[in-house]
Amino acid sequence: MNEKLDFDTGIKDALPTVFGYIGIGLAFGIVGKTSGLSVLEILLMSLITYAGSAQFIMVSLLLVGSSIPFVMLSVFLVNARFILMSTTVAQYFRQDSIWQNIGIGTLLTDETFALSMNKLNFTNHRLAPSWFHGANFVAYLTWALATAVGGILGNLVGDPKAFGLDFALVAMFIGLLYLQMITDRSKAFGFQVTMVGIVCVLMYVLTIFFSDNVALIATTLIGCFLGMVVEQWHSR
Amino acid sequence: MALTMKVLWAIIGCGLVTWLSRVIPFVLVKNFDLPNWLIRYLSFVPLVIMTALIMENIFTHHAGSLPSVNMDNLLATVPTFLAAIISKSLIVIVVVGIICMALIRLAF
Repeated sequence: MNEKLDFDTGIKDALPTVFGYIGIGLAFGIVGKTSGLSVLEILLMSLITYAGSAQFIMVSLLLVGSSIPFVMLSVFLVNARFILMSTTVAQYFRQDSIWQNIGIGTLLTDETFALSMNKLNFTNHRLAPSWFHGANFVAYLTWALATAVGGILGNLVGDPKAFGLDFALVAMFIGLLYLQMITDRSKAFGFQVTMVGIVCVLMYVLTIFFSDNVALIATTLIGCFLGMVVEQWHSR
Repeated sequence: MALTMKVLWAIIGCGLVTWLSRVIPFVLVKNFDLPNWLIRYLSFVPLVIMTALIMENIFTHHAGSLPSVNMDNLLATVPTFLAAIISKSLIVIVVVGIICMALIRLAF
């Protein structure tokens, strides 16, 4: 990564994340198809809802005949973390027009969010709409194509897991987390390691009592609060 | 190419709630100053959310018992972390992760 913030650099910076979208996108297409969705429905879901893991939840809820308001509520809860990610990113675009802001927010994903937080460490803590549009564009296009291809392949191919592609997403988060820790100068490395440890314990404990998705959002809300507390305590 | 009305409405409804979660913060942050404590709070979102997302892929909730461990993911996490420390390159980390996972599935 470098300090450039144009559209092309956004595309280039996002290329390593493409594997994650392809792996999970193919899997989603195959799951959607085998759960009775048509390729058109799979493609429209990826283009309109565009919600990654929440799309798996939509498919499983529709399959068991859940009502639409219930499906919407579940998707809202799973995606509630977007409120925090958008609020975090939006601070860097206050000088840009409202339409640029809406454009960035509309296609924001976990991956482009994490990527942009890494990028900040190379650009004197600046971001530009064109860079973000480039990264978001790669993500949106790859996701739509991968899910559609998965849907077309449908029952033909076996389990996409056999090729290890599903792990691309986890590997990407591991990479982005580590790169974030070594490049973010605003927080000491040792303090960040402590926080990762605290969050791991918190997530495990909450996973005992709540479903994975509820544990994820609760961990984020509580973890950020604990971060403030520990930081205060460290600086004394 | 079938498209049932129920699926279409679910897609549109879920798309709307997801879009609002993504966009409303941008509109609010543009028009209002965030208090200092909130900015400090939000500075932890990247670290916390990435850690939690990795953990979500390793442990799975089961009602009435401790979370189960996804052994494949846990095993592949170790060499992937090593690749991160050694290479510091996202593309290398992702490719090493995929290859390790393929080898683990082949072996077990």
